[in-house]
Amino acid sequence: MQKVKIDVRNLNLTIGKQQILKDVNVQIPDKKITVILGPSGCGKTTLLKSLNRLIDLYPEMKVTGSIMLDDIDILHTKEDITEIRKKMGLLSQRPYPLPMNIYKNITFGLRISGRRKKRNLMKRVEHYLKQANLWDELKDRLKDPASCLSIGQQQRLCLARGLAVDPEIILADEPTSALDPISSTAIEEKFLELKDYYTIVVVTHSLQQARRIADHVIFMYLGEVVEQGPAKEFFENPIEERTKAYLKGLFS
Amino acid sequence: MKFFLLNRRFRDKSHFIWMTISIILVILLPIFLATGLIIKSQPILSTNEFSSLLFSSEWKPLSGKFGLLTFIVSSLWVTFLSILIAAPICLLTAIYLTQYARRYLLRAMHPVIDILAGIPSVIYGVWGILVIVPFISNYLGPALGKETSGYTVLAGALVLAVMIIPFILNIMIEVLKTIPDALKEAALSLGATQWQTVKRVILKKAFPGLLSAVSLGISRAFGETIAVLMVVGNVTRIPSGVFEPGYPLPALIANNYGEMLSIPMYDSALMLSALVLFAVVLLFNLASRMAIARYEKLQ
Amino acid sequence: MAKFKNIEEKIFIALMRLSTGIIVFALLLIVFSIIYKGLPSLSWEMLTQTPKGGFYFGKEGGILNAIIGSLYLSAGATLVAFVIGFPVALFMNVYLIKYKRFVQMVRFFLDLLWGVPSIVYGAFGFTLMIFFGMKTSLLAGIVTVSLFIIPIMVRAMDEVIKTVPIGLLEASYSLGATRSEAAYKIVLRQCFPGIITAILLSFGRAIGDAAAVLFTTGYTDHIPTSLGQPSATLPLSIFFQLGSPIAEVQNRAYASAVVLTIIILIISILSRYFSKRYEKHRINF
Repeated sequence: MQKVKIDVRNLNLTIGKQQILKDVNVQIPDKKITVILGPSGCGKTTLLKSLNRLIDLYPEMKVTGSIMLDDIDILHTKEDITEIRKKMGLLSQRPYPLPMNIYKNITFGLRISGRRKKRNLMKRVEHYLKQANLWDELKDRLKDPASCLSIGQQQRLCLARGLAVDPEIILADEPTSALDPISSTAIEEKFLELKDYYTIVVVTHSLQQARRIADHVIFMYLGEVVEQGPAKEFFENPIEERTKAYLKGLFS
Repeated sequence: MKFFLLNRRFRDKSHFIWMTISIILVILLPIFLATGLIIKSQPILSTNEFSSLLFSSEWKPLSGKFGLLTFIVSSLWVTFLSILIAAPICLLTAIYLTQYARRYLLRAMHPVIDILAGIPSVIYGVWGILVIVPFISNYLGPALGKETSGYTVLAGALVLAVMIIPFILNIMIEVLKTIPDALKEAALSLGATQWQTVKRVILKKAFPGLLSAVSLGISRAFGETIAVLMVVGNVTRIPSGVFEPGYPLPALIANNYGEMLSIPMYDSALMLSALVLFAVVLLFNLASRMAIARYEKLQ
Repeated sequence: MAKFKNIEEKIFIALMRLSTGIIVFALLLIVFSIIYKGLPSLSWEMLTQTPKGGFYFGKEGGILNAIIGSLYLSAGATLVAFVIGFPVALFMNVYLIKYKRFVQMVRFFLDLLWGVPSIVYGAFGFTLMIFFGMKTSLLAGIVTVSLFIIPIMVRAMDEVIKTVPIGLLEASYSLGATRSEAAYKIVLRQCFPGIITAILLSFGRAIGDAAAVLFTTGYTDHIPTSLGQPSATLPLSIFFQLGSPIAEVQNRAYASAVVLTIIILIISILSRYFSKRYEKHRINF
């Protein structure tokens, strides 16, 4: 098997008496697209947010287990969590542009970690906007507030913003669910281009999307991991009954 | 049966009429308020320039001189000083309760805020006399080398600050609650610390709402009467510092209602003060409510 | 760099905790100092007698005139405000439900009115009183205070009633209810605890307000026997008697302050209880 980037071991997560994640063990391979698939409410998003410890925001969540990123257990590390989060760009369901202009949105991550040289920043803005196929559309309106872009543009801007902090991993939580078909395709194609350089984890409930982009699939149901493996095997020879039923469209 | 049906229709109709009358009454209320005050302040406005009334500090009711400047300046002093004290406390508390503290703390603070908001003005006044005034005359004044009775602009502002805290804090908490979690997540995953997220993203996003909260606080403070009146000293002189007594506009109205009918024009001057108060408060309210409404639309 | 941003955060968290603490401390200090000063003068005689020899000079007697007067005044004003305010809140949310813009405008109006200081209402009430040739009386006070609390009551009820789902109205119409039946029977039942909370809130405002009654209700040593007579109230009992140079008279003011504070605390606890019940018993859709 290929190199493992993130190794989740015995992860349990509860809110009060409700168990959101049950004994989750998954391996996420390096420089591939891993799709976390499953019906809504199965804990996909929670798993994704555990990966960069955004669950810290919700003090009522109790977590046990470990999440190894390379060799660090990010749940228990003494290292600065902001440094770890910086290694993972996040793309959420709806784009959330920061309340500032386009230029500042992209340089936000750089400026808060103390990089302020104007010329370098400008170069980076251009580079990452090009990566997100936005440069031609936006190069003359970098001072406009980000909220005036279309929703598809906003999502690509969020992608560029995430890439600008030099992450190793991209976490995407149903990144196309709020987008029109054309913008969705643009995002999917971007992922396929980027996977040579980044480890990408995409949460989705769309079977079609998973078939289009996945190298590796994790199938979750009611907080448990039912099955995981390379995409080809998962779609062609599923082992578990629940997986087969899901793939046939018996429930969603 | 037929009678029963008719009876139901009749009741429905009469309810409808009463509701319509009530709502018209409520909508006309501010217009009544304004008209009443304008008519009553007409006598003084017809004999004096409006601007000379506002910008003269000569207050000699017996010789017919009704300059309101002293009172307006006092009001401004007390109001802005109290906002200066209350606004940072409210902002810090609102951030703490919505961003940092556990949920139960926010739940536990709700009754505290509600009770503070419910305590009557006059009780705040008594508290001011019992605690704030002696504190200023016995400790704070001497510590800063001032001799003072304690009945000062500062006392008024401190009492007022505590009074408007629940009011401002409530709005600020509501404003900060509307910021979506996903926006915080976006900033955090770019490597921001929680404080950086608060400072650069959340406060920026919430800024119009927070500003409106402060401006509603200003209008509340500007019109507050009894509590301020009880501790502020009420000396007709433009205060030159926070350890001086002041005499704000609402206190003027409240203190002189008794004799206002015995001196010509006096009642009209006081009604004009009430009108000024009404106009200022309405203006601040209007501006901030409109800002909030626009802000909610943008969300 | 990394260190600096952490130190900054720590400093601000400390400041935030301090601010929160200050607010809690202020409340405790207020309640404590009022009770500490007033409780010794609170006796059975204080609560059951009217002042003897004039409220400003007489050393004997108690504050019964103010307690009863305040209850009369607030109950009357709350009743008037309810008779006008409750239909308005229903009208906005049942009859006018299609006219969103208009309802928004009315809400905006009410919010503006809520912001108008009570002394302005007092001055207006005084004008009204002179206009109708009345003297300071319980009736004038009730009218003025009710004007002052109507916006508060309507908005508080409106916040509750607007959460009633439109499906509930549709269901009652399809059972043949008229609009007023839907409003007074269904909505009232669904929102009952919330409406009680709104009434309590308004009652609390009415009983605590001094500036509006100052002009209109007057002050007297006697318990009023008709609407045309002036009446003492607790806030003014504090305000006037605290200004007296005689210690016994001042004690009446402090005792009134304790009574008023306790009334407000009880109202606050009751309304908390009702709003909790509202959340629990509401049918959620």
